[in-house]
Amino acid sequence: MTEVVAGVLVLLGGVSALIAALGLLRLPDVLIRMHASTKIGTLSPGLIMAATALHFAEGPVTLRGVAIMAFLLLTAPIASHLIGRAAMRSGVPLWHGKEDPHAPGPPDGPSGPGPALPGGGRPSPSA
Amino acid sequence: MMNATEFLALCLQIGFGLILAAVALAFLRLLRGPSLPDRVVALDLMTVSIVSFCGLYAMATRERAFLDVAMSLALVGFLATVALARFAERRQAGKPSGKEGT
Repeated sequence: MTEVVAGVLVLLGGVSALIAALGLLRLPDVLIRMHASTKIGTLSPGLIMAATALHFAEGPVTLRGVAIMAFLLLTAPIASHLIGRAAMRSGVPLWHGKEDPHAPGPPDGPSGPGPALPGGGRPSPSA
Repeated sequence: MMNATEFLALCLQIGFGLILAAVALAFLRLLRGPSLPDRVVALDLMTVSIVSFCGLYAMATRERAFLDVAMSLALVGFLATVALARFAERRQAGKPSGKEGT
């Protein structure tokens, strides 16, 4: 039974890490990318450390998992605050509408003449 | 119908694949990030994903030492993120006219 619960936790952790990376890759702005990566990126090691503690079911391993998670939960807001302040002070272009402010564009390079991007879409970046 | 141990092994394999895909996508953002804070965010996510990977590897091999690796990696990753964020901020503060310098 603990194996099944640990397996489900591992799957949830992996899927959340993939969602964080997809958000980091697809979203249009530094601050919106941080919104994806910091929160979901802290959730995924939490789920996997919970699975590890369930799988080993020992005192020291559980203590290490709790220590890792406490450390990540303490430091992730500080790190993201510092990155956000640096991004705001260095004046990166922010996202104000439907258009991507960066010239190289979103990572859907070869899908240029896609007929119906919902919501107007963006012009294909000269692929 | 598989038993519970086989289910856990299958879930571990799928989890390895998902974490590696996450690291690869974050590395794509690291390569193409238009500004330095984009790259710092991508490195932060890669570090956290590798912490998750260490946890998965500790489960797969029943090797407890990888949890120590994960803990020290979380510490070093936080220090690296703070140092890079300070660097990005200070580089811009030194040159307020937006020049790419140093």
